[in-house]
Amino acid sequence: MSYIDNILFVLVLAAGFGYFALNVKKLRRNIKLGKDVNRNDNPGARWKNMAMIALGQSKMVRRPIAGLLHIIVYVGFVIINIELLEIIIDGIFGTHRLFAFMGGFYSFLIGFFEILAFLVIVSVTIFWIRRNIIKLWRFAHGDLKGWPHGDANYILYFEVVLMVLFLTMNAADYHLQGVGADHYTQAGAFPISGIISPLFDGMAEGTVILIERTAWWLHIIGILIFMNYLYFSKHLHILLAFPNTYYANLKPKGQFENLESVTNEVKLMMDPNADPFAAAPPTEEGAILEKFGASDVQDLNWVQLLNAYTCTECGRCTASCPANITGKKLSPRKIMMDTRDRLEEVGRNIDKNKGTFVDDGKTLLNDYITPEELWACTTCNGCVEACPVNIDPLSIIMDMRKYLVMEQSAAPAELNAMMTNIENNSAPWQYNQMDRLNWKDEQ
Amino acid sequence: MVSTNDLYDMTQEELKVPTMAEMMAQGQQPEVLFWVGCSGSFDDRAKKITKAFVRILNRANVPFAVLGTEEGCTGDPAKRAGNEFLFQMQAMMNIQVLDGYEVKKIVTACPHCFNTIKNEYPGLGGKYEVVHHTEFLKSLLDDGRLTVEGGQFKGKKITFHDPCYLGRANNIYEAPRDLIQKLDAELVEMKRSRRNGLCCGAGGAQMFKEPEKGNKDVNVERTEEALETQPEIIAAGCPFCNTMLTDGVKAKDREADVKVMDIAELIANAQDL
Repeated sequence: MSYIDNILFVLVLAAGFGYFALNVKKLRRNIKLGKDVNRNDNPGARWKNMAMIALGQSKMVRRPIAGLLHIIVYVGFVIINIELLEIIIDGIFGTHRLFAFMGGFYSFLIGFFEILAFLVIVSVTIFWIRRNIIKLWRFAHGDLKGWPHGDANYILYFEVVLMVLFLTMNAADYHLQGVGADHYTQAGAFPISGIISPLFDGMAEGTVILIERTAWWLHIIGILIFMNYLYFSKHLHILLAFPNTYYANLKPKGQFENLESVTNEVKLMMDPNADPFAAAPPTEEGAILEKFGASDVQDLNWVQLLNAYTCTECGRCTASCPANITGKKLSPRKIMMDTRDRLEEVGRNIDKNKGTFVDDGKTLLNDYITPEELWACTTCNGCVEACPVNIDPLSIIMDMRKYLVMEQSAAPAELNAMMTNIENNSAPWQYNQMDRLNWKDEQ
Repeated sequence: MVSTNDLYDMTQEELKVPTMAEMMAQGQQPEVLFWVGCSGSFDDRAKKITKAFVRILNRANVPFAVLGTEEGCTGDPAKRAGNEFLFQMQAMMNIQVLDGYEVKKIVTACPHCFNTIKNEYPGLGGKYEVVHHTEFLKSLLDDGRLTVEGGQFKGKKITFHDPCYLGRANNIYEAPRDLIQKLDAELVEMKRSRRNGLCCGAGGAQMFKEPEKGNKDVNVERTEEALETQPEIIAAGCPFCNTMLTDGVKAKDREADVKVMDIAELIANAQDL
């Protein structure tokens, strides 16, 4: 046999991994557009979070039906991909079922993969029905109009096709093993594909070999395509869920970050020894004055940008958002989707302009996320709690509110009144601070 | 050790509310500072919660004090509205006052004040032990400094609304529930409770503005959910939740048969027949 197959395989593999690496590089660069934030403290707790939440799916199962189905698909894909190792080695060296020497254990593995593959098909079918027939609120929601709706379904189709190819390949293989075809040594157990393989009875051996080879090639090519699809899809979560849970906030959810630049200024104001007429300290040449809050993706920190790429648009956040379920425009899922869309746009801009961002007259604020959405938030942390991979939409909302208020003085009038009261009389309402203890003597 | 049996009679008694300034003048340091908060100081409904809590403190002989006119807004609504500058000004002023009195432990009936002082003041130099009043009441009972019997609440259906800034924000879910159970009441849970609890709609400075356009008010949504449990009392642990739910009960025309009460009021009125 010639080496054309092997060479072709290596080329396909290289192309697949090469393009993927290129996109991973882009992904890293885009995430690093965010501001620095230290999330390297307490590695013990971080590893534990990753193990429990990403690996262990502990927050997924809070919705038991979706959680169970998700675990099947997740475990299915992780485990079946062990088989990928054999497929790659076989492909490079022209061997067939190289690991067959493991005997009984090999049979157990292949049999186990097959059952998982079947369960994946069943689960994915139920996912499709929930999304397209039952139209669960989260999936029929306006956030997902257009590409996100298509994306979600393409992922499901991909998964079914890959599993069907895997089972077809095994079924043909099993048939060929039975008829004693050359090269097809007896190996493996085929609890599922064994049911399909009688379909090949009576077919010419050459035809079945062609079917087996076609399925084998399409399966591995399909996996490579799927891998490269990730960067363009919400499905990126299968990789990013791990770093995302690792770098997630460990502090109490109610603790919002204190802006350090503000602290310095406030301390100066309250310092009785400070010279009120002193000139502002000279700024370094070319130094950019720090902006309060965020109006665009570069003002967010890299964890928030990682969050945006990790979001798989499941909508559990939005389904628990008091603003959204009472008909307001705010949807925490949309906050994450908008952040990713804008970040991608900024990334493309940088690509086009040889590595530097050229102002395109757009910002995350207004062009993607409107003040109306931001002001509807009750900061209840419902979205943060609901996210199966610890994404924090609230932190983005808060950073954008800070920009609106501190850079643009664009708070709703009633909030300005509330803040004026706090400034004047240290309470959000117009009561004199000297009356604070009056309740004691009131009947 | 005292029993809440006597608390009702006490409502006629004068409240003993020493200030830190008075305490200091006498060379005393209280066990705990009661941070009353703006709502507890000025809002008519919340003032009743403040007084109920003080009655319990008086009854259990807890040496406490308030800052009185030296207390100022923690800055929570300013911070959640995005005004970090105003928040930090308030925080620094309060920290100066608290540190001036060498305050170590703070109790408050407002989860927003609780969260802000507990979590956001330390980074600005204000480090105190901060407890919510439900935790404090529970510790009084656990330590035998206060006893409570069901009395008028025995067997009554009570549902508890988790304040976001107590529950999700700080993972305190059990203290208020333990107190309700101490009343021999029937604690019924709403569909969304504990970490899934639905916000009342007041947080994030929403209390001080009209809601954005939608098809329903958040407090009405939450009140409907509370009413589904057929409660006689909706218990809250936050003056803002209390206002929102009270308004919700009014909107649903159920004021006659459903009361919204703070946990402190339940404990204080336990024997009020």
